[in-house]
Amino acid sequence: MQILESLLTKAKKVCEQAEVYRLTSRNTDVSFEANRLKSVETRQGRYLALRIVKDGRIGFSSTNKLDNVDEVLSMALDVAKFGAKAEFDMPPAQTYPRVNVYDDAVNQVPIEKMVDLGNTMITAVRDHNSEVICEAGVTKNEVAVDLLNSNGGNASYNKTSFSIGVEGLLTRGTDMLFVGEHESSCHPLSDTSDIINTTIEQLERARETASPIQGQLPVVFTPRGVAIALVSPLAVAYNGKNVVQGSSPLVNRLGEQVYAEEMSLYDDATIDFLPGCRICDDEGIPSRKNTLIQNGVPAGFLYDLQTAGMAKARSTGSAHRGGGMPSPSSTTLIIEEGSTSIEDVVAGIKQGLMIEMLMGAGQGNTLGGEFSGNVLLGYRIENGAIVGRVKDTMVSGNIYNALKEGVIIGNQARWIGGRLKTPSIYCSALSVTTQG
Amino acid sequence: MGREKSVIARHDPIVDIVPLELVKDPFSVSLDDKKSLLDQYVDLIWSVPGIQTSTINYGDRYKKVIFVNSEGSYIEQSRVDVTARVTAMARDGGDVQQYGISIGSKGDFGVVEGLHSQVKDCAERAVQMLSAPKVKGGQYTVVLDPVLAGVFTHEAFGHLSESDFVYENDRMREIMVLGRKFGRTHLNIVDGGSVPGYRGSYKYDDEGIPATKTHLIKEGVLVGRLHSRETAAKMGESPTGNARAISYSHQPIVRMSNTFIEPGTTTFEEMIGDIKEGVYAKNWYGGMTSMEMFTFSAGEAYMIRNGKIAELLRPVVLSGNVFNTLENIEAIGTDLDMNQGGGCGKGGQSPLPVSNGSPHIRIGNCLVGGN
Repeated sequence: MQILESLLTKAKKVCEQAEVYRLTSRNTDVSFEANRLKSVETRQGRYLALRIVKDGRIGFSSTNKLDNVDEVLSMALDVAKFGAKAEFDMPPAQTYPRVNVYDDAVNQVPIEKMVDLGNTMITAVRDHNSEVICEAGVTKNEVAVDLLNSNGGNASYNKTSFSIGVEGLLTRGTDMLFVGEHESSCHPLSDTSDIINTTIEQLERARETASPIQGQLPVVFTPRGVAIALVSPLAVAYNGKNVVQGSSPLVNRLGEQVYAEEMSLYDDATIDFLPGCRICDDEGIPSRKNTLIQNGVPAGFLYDLQTAGMAKARSTGSAHRGGGMPSPSSTTLIIEEGSTSIEDVVAGIKQGLMIEMLMGAGQGNTLGGEFSGNVLLGYRIENGAIVGRVKDTMVSGNIYNALKEGVIIGNQARWIGGRLKTPSIYCSALSVTTQG
Repeated sequence: MGREKSVIARHDPIVDIVPLELVKDPFSVSLDDKKSLLDQYVDLIWSVPGIQTSTINYGDRYKKVIFVNSEGSYIEQSRVDVTARVTAMARDGGDVQQYGISIGSKGDFGVVEGLHSQVKDCAERAVQMLSAPKVKGGQYTVVLDPVLAGVFTHEAFGHLSESDFVYENDRMREIMVLGRKFGRTHLNIVDGGSVPGYRGSYKYDDEGIPATKTHLIKEGVLVGRLHSRETAAKMGESPTGNARAISYSHQPIVRMSNTFIEPGTTTFEEMIGDIKEGVYAKNWYGGMTSMEMFTFSAGEAYMIRNGKIAELLRPVVLSGNVFNTLENIEAIGTDLDMNQGGGCGKGGQSPLPVSNGSPHIRIGNCLVGGN
């Protein structure tokens, strides 16, 4: 803490406001390639960032050399001359909610145990089909965050995370089938059964190749499909940065019925032992649960201090640093369960698709709500049953149409990678095109 | 791997200090001058009616790498990367459209100067897109401009030629057997870090192996692939100097450098002349591959009708299967151009400086997503 305090003291003498942020991390990665252990890597990182307000303008600089902090201050002063006008005051000391995201048991997991977990997943998938070639990863991570500012704000917390995942590739001729699943938690994970069962279910459903179909068709997105195709165009409109720039399609539309009534979406950073959660955001604002959509009506946006200041709103505790200045971002998204069993929905589909993975979905005009991609893993539904995998097929849509008329939200949500909880979602008519 | 011993291809030790290559050093330009140049671009964007907002990112980065290994190599290499992205956004009620350009260079600030007319075009295009129709989804004959054809080359074929996808997988080795026919005889694809002057250019890779120029496809036939020392040893081939790491904290893995389709003989007019209904796709948003399947998205697209460029479309996403799409390249232009604005991501290492390029190309039966 001494480095942080001394840098803050120096900065305070020459600026109106200052804030220091330090992240130290330790990470162990065990990775498997071609069914076998490939590498074990350990990494340590240190990162220090200084943000100042000088003559009303923001200056920022960062370093991983923690021995010469004077340079950090002079760099921040240099760029402050060109910085944006500061629209905020750094927060004084806050009372933080209790959010448990640290479990020392993660640090205690030996590498041998991590290797065993990888082998268990690979063996189980290959016991089901010995032609599948698997990659797997087991990762443990520990970070410590310290933040101090010149208005008396201060926050410190530690977080652990543990992730496991497997990906299988089944090659027949030039045909390639990718399957797989992953999970994350702040606790050590030792139960691989959900991952294995999901992967085997994907292999089973894709056993037969179905003939392609096209047209305006009903499409069911599995929770994983929702995560890949729908979440990014949905969430981007709530980012305070896009709101203050006026590029979010939802500007001036809070309170309107934009989506189907069944649709509710929250961003909640206060859930214990989820890797996206934390006591406070990266500016020291207490974490909270933010309602983004309530019964189909946009209810609020995600702001950090600067965008909140520009929007004449309050920070929602959504500041996130990805190696640069804080910027608003979601943490842990939850799409509320609906009331209909998705199995019943599938049973009623005459011709349609179920999507698990849509490759390239986030490449188009996501800001405008669009998604369009190649069905990397998806199945054809015929007369209420899954009849096999589809290939050479593209699915396109816009969430502002797809999540309004005729959408059905499934009644069973599940966590995807510890950062999103969602049920399956049925869209009544999306554009499906195919090559043949 | 597993309990086996690791093997790496042999190479004689190298001792070298590589001087920094600079055309116009970005560090010789003051922050003041950089800011005022970008301010001019911002003003130009705002001068176009209908613009909602704009984003301009500029970055320059100096990097010095010292490589030492137990075989006796000692290599010092430095590089300066310049990157910029200009995006203009237009909005009409709930409808948002954007258009952007990406610029990059190795050691030349000059590439971000004098973009005034391109920047203004960006803003105008974003506004025009608000009233442009969406393409009707389906299969089309598609003509790609050099930028997008470069992204296509990188995504659709380049990643497949990275040997770490192949070397431990017997089925993949069968698919990627040298001598396999991938395209027609006019198709030649090259990757090379030793091709000078681009963002993917370097003298030694991050295993200390000299960069080379590798023909991947020659006259339509697979003739080469990209290697690290490990993949080369496992496959009994020579390292190609394609092991690259994004920083000291990551292992070098097999990556592309400068990847391009060599020029052919067809003019642009000949290429579109006999297309009754097709799509002309330009510029890029991004691309992705699963090796067999690829998708990439165009920032700008037009219908081609009766041999002529017709109405502007909303941005399109193109997709296909590499094993038949390369064969479906029907014509290759004469106008090779390299795209330096992108970065490549793989194995959690992103964005790695690469370049890619191509002349205009024409692809038959390409899948286009849309209404």
